[in-house]
Amino acid sequence: MTRHLTITDQPIDVAAALAAVQTEAAGAVNAFVGTVRNQSGGRAVRRLHYESYDSMALTQLGHVVAQAHEKWPMLQAVAVVHRKGTLALGDVAVVVAVATPHRAESFAACQYIIDTLKQVVTIWKREEYEDGTEWVAAHP
Amino acid sequence: MSLTIALYGITRDIVGAATIELPAPAPTTVGELLAEMRRQYPALGELRSCAVAVNQEYAPTDQPLHPVDEIALIPPVAGG
Repeated sequence: MTRHLTITDQPIDVAAALAAVQTEAAGAVNAFVGTVRNQSGGRAVRRLHYESYDSMALTQLGHVVAQAHEKWPMLQAVAVVHRKGTLALGDVAVVVAVATPHRAESFAACQYIIDTLKQVVTIWKREEYEDGTEWVAAHP
Repeated sequence: MSLTIALYGITRDIVGAATIELPAPAPTTVGELLAEMRRQYPALGELRSCAVAVNQEYAPTDQPLHPVDEIALIPPVAGG
C-alpha cells in the first residue's frame, strides 16, 4: 500500500491527491473533500485558522491509515492532505483519497479515515466570527 | 529534573505561551502533570478534555515522564 500524508500551509490540489492514489490495481478511487463552511452553530463564520502539532499529527495519521489497512487489506493507496493556517470560506481544508479494487471498500475506508482523523489527529480549528473567535469543540 | 511542556490551541491561549517549563521537582507522571497544570491554570479544567502526549503518542495517566520526553498538552482536536 502506498501512503501520501501531508500537512501544508499551501492551498490543497485535489486533483494531485486523486492522481497520487491512482494505480492499475485499483478500479475504485474514493475521495472526501472538506471545505470551509460559512456558518457554525448558527453563527456566521468569516474565516478559519487551523493550528497543527505537525509531527504528532503525522504520527497519528499514520496509525489511522495503518488501522484502515488492517480493516481493508485490499487498500492499494491512501492520500491525506490537511491544510493549516488561515483559510477563507470555500477553501479546501482536507482531502482523503483512497484506492481499492472495488467500490464498496473504497467508500468504507475513506469514511473510516476521515472520521477517525477528526478524533485523534492533533489539529485545532479556531473559527472567526463577526464578533470574536472561538476554538472549536474546546468547551462542553 | 525539570520538564518542558508544549502547548497548542486553546491551552496556549490559557497559559499565554507556546511552551512552559516546570522546574524541579517536576511531576513524575502524566496524571501528576495534569493535576499540576490545572492547579496553576484552573481554566484548563473547564475544557471538554485535555490529554497529554508523550513522544507524539496519547499517554495514560500512570505513564512516567522523563526530561528527554517530548511532552504536550492536547486540548480537544478539531481537524477535518
